[in-house]
Amino acid sequence: MTLSLVPAVRPSVRRATLDNGLKVIVQEVHTAPLVSVWSWYGVGSGDERPGLTGVSHWVEHMNFKGTTNIPREQMKGIVERFGGMWNGYTWIDQTTYLETAGSAALEQMLFIEAERMANGLYELAECESERTVIISELQGGENDPDQLLDTEVTASALRAHPYGHPTIGWLDDLTSMTRDDLYEHYRRFYIPNNATLVVAGDVDADEVFRCAAKHFGRIPPGPSPSRPRVTEPAQMGERRVTIEREGTTAYLKMVFVAPAATHPDFVPMLVLDSVLTGAKGVNLWSSFRGAPPQRKARLYTELVEGGVASMVSGALLPTREPFLYTLSFTALDGVELGTLEAAALGAVERLRDTGIDPAELTRARRQLRARLVFENDSVTNIAHQLGYFETVAGPEFLASVQDRIDAVSPEQVWDVARRRLGATTRTVGWFKPLSGSRRKSDPAMPAVPA
Amino acid sequence: MTVGLARGLRPVRETLDNGAVLIAQESSATPAVAVNATFLAGSLYEPDHLTGLAYLTGRVIDRGTERRSAEAIAEELDERGVSLRVGCTRHTMTLSCTCLAEDFDEVLAIVIDVARRPIFTDDELTKRRAEVMTALRQDEDNPAVQAVEVLAEMLYGATHPYGRRTKGTGAALQRMDRDALSAFHRRHVRPSALSLAIVGDIEAGRAIERAAAELESWRSADPVAPAVLPPALPAARRCSTVPMTGKAQSDIAYGFATISRLDPRYYAYWMMNNVLGQFGLGGRLADNIRERQGMAYYAYSAFDALPGPSPLVIRAGVDPRQVERALAAIDTEVRQLGAEGPTEKEVEETRQYLVGSIPRLLETNYSIASFLQTCEQLGLGLDYDRRLPALLQRVTMDEINAAAADVLRPEVAAVAIAGPELPAEAQL
Repeated sequence: MTLSLVPAVRPSVRRATLDNGLKVIVQEVHTAPLVSVWSWYGVGSGDERPGLTGVSHWVEHMNFKGTTNIPREQMKGIVERFGGMWNGYTWIDQTTYLETAGSAALEQMLFIEAERMANGLYELAECESERTVIISELQGGENDPDQLLDTEVTASALRAHPYGHPTIGWLDDLTSMTRDDLYEHYRRFYIPNNATLVVAGDVDADEVFRCAAKHFGRIPPGPSPSRPRVTEPAQMGERRVTIEREGTTAYLKMVFVAPAATHPDFVPMLVLDSVLTGAKGVNLWSSFRGAPPQRKARLYTELVEGGVASMVSGALLPTREPFLYTLSFTALDGVELGTLEAAALGAVERLRDTGIDPAELTRARRQLRARLVFENDSVTNIAHQLGYFETVAGPEFLASVQDRIDAVSPEQVWDVARRRLGATTRTVGWFKPLSGSRRKSDPAMPAVPA
Repeated sequence: MTVGLARGLRPVRETLDNGAVLIAQESSATPAVAVNATFLAGSLYEPDHLTGLAYLTGRVIDRGTERRSAEAIAEELDERGVSLRVGCTRHTMTLSCTCLAEDFDEVLAIVIDVARRPIFTDDELTKRRAEVMTALRQDEDNPAVQAVEVLAEMLYGATHPYGRRTKGTGAALQRMDRDALSAFHRRHVRPSALSLAIVGDIEAGRAIERAAAELESWRSADPVAPAVLPPALPAARRCSTVPMTGKAQSDIAYGFATISRLDPRYYAYWMMNNVLGQFGLGGRLADNIRERQGMAYYAYSAFDALPGPSPLVIRAGVDPRQVERALAAIDTEVRQLGAEGPTEKEVEETRQYLVGSIPRLLETNYSIASFLQTCEQLGLGLDYDRRLPALLQRVTMDEINAAAADVLRPEVAAVAIAGPELPAEAQL
């Protein structure tokens, strides 16, 4: 087998910036009669202050609730007439909206996105109705012990930085936030000079630029949003959090402070994660939905094949500022959390002691090369990747990531493992199940460990 | 040359002497290939006393063959960035993956070797069984899974293939040994039960040729497909609750057993369901429960079209104090659509949406392969993507009204609720 020369990033991306500062990125892809439009805003939960946690995500919800020129009941139906799907998401650095539909829908999609940027209604009754929808979303997440643990561990690992609170927000903030809080946030960040419009698909790029100017050109720019960034104080020692709650299964998380996407350590960390848990790629929209190739990954072989975990996973996501590298484990039924943690720590420490071998590096590079191809398999994914990296890391990231992966040395991986996976940058979380009143267990089920 | 799909699919299909069906569709959208090997070997085919056998077989099947050790399979796939998924549904077991086009020959050979020559060692069986036991424990702690499983049991009965859990039960898992897995594999995972779809940056003729070379010496007798009998007609509404302390939200599953995917009324049912709980955020259900009442993050209905009597299931996750209110809203929407049918505007919007969404169903190699498998399993024809718009255009208002009237009857619905138990006075 030879190393592939397949380009991970498509050529012929065209860019323009409107007079009001809106960046427009177009990638023509003519293999299917589809187009995907994504609007990206440089605002996420990392821009939120205490008391207003969750405001970015709530604003995202409100931007599906009608505009001056699109009544709420008509927001639904415009894209559907072209067979389209629409959605949006908010995370720590960004908020984004997408539509993928037949290419004849381009003009309507740009109209919707321009309306969303400039003319959101934010009617009081709609804000109140959405408050309970979002609390329902939060409570649904709390039904999942793994997610519950993730929230607690993240908040413990990041004490000062706003990346530490959940994107959906804390319940008390969701209860107390007002319509004006939402609207002020919307007006401050939803301006063309804080946004990127990405279009990929069966379109003519010149036509897209003309349409973008027509729909967005009259929207005035605003003052660049100030982002008083917080530097997380250096961690002085291991932190631990334990949740004891009704449940059936024990979960372990181990998180470490991770480098920002633009930091020189980021790509060696990607390789390190591939060695530990298998390569996922770097597409937040699609690459983390299925199991990665991980049967030869260290944590899989040592913990799953070793009979202490039923699942291991790693998450290193490209972010604007330092976030977290998360290792997650599900204890095999009957295995004590202490046993699981000792096994996980043993594997991490062995890597820190002796580094990786050349075969592991070669495998990680090949995996990442393949995943970078797979995660660009549709116009929706292509547009996502262009917008994501434009927003959180700059356009150079995607263009250079393959070469940077190929240039990583075993010494660099060992170095980041030694510096970044030690006890003083580590937070450990346990979810210890208390036997609650669940549906009657099958008689053959072993008891949950105490 | 770029091979596009702007004018629809043009797959090549070939049947080998041993009954295996090979389907290949070239698409150079990315330099990758999706491989999807589907066998009629789902939980429907397992003996009643070994529920979960198909699922466990799928968990162990890729852990060593007569030619490759588990270690070698892991090495060869991991080296290429390939994650082999083995999925098990009621009707099928599917081995699927995506690989770089340059790795196609080697990866296809591994996939077919895994399907054809697994050895099911005791060591692997023990490990994978422990994982499935853990997954069952996780399911016990998941209100959404609990609500849906209890609903299926109510709709079909605990022993019906659509009513029992695909993962099986702990007791049944403990009874399974390597002989049981080997026997299931021998009887059901065989070429005459296989359709293999290959989609991506590979010339179709070459894909067929490679697959034929790997498969043609594999011999077996024809499988016998068990019939899926319709459940008894419900005479009354049935409700069941699963108390789960420590949970923040209650999950509602509300449904009906309906028609087969092969029934000519299928398209009317599909459109009716789209109006009820799919269009936009979740059709009429989401308009009421989420948009107007702000009660739930999700409220929708899903029509899981199967060869047997298919379930139509309404789902919502709500504050435990809102369960009664949410059920009342579901009843209202179900009753109204059942009694009055959809409006002409709703039907036309739905029709436009479903016809227009066909290219999106074919956006990735993986989704094309899944689509082609559906066409093959249900005998829809290789030109189904081009015939589908006309099939939807032909559905009349009367047919949709009849579908709604047939199925949407709250008085015979089955309702399952999983979540924290609250005193009656706590309902809002």
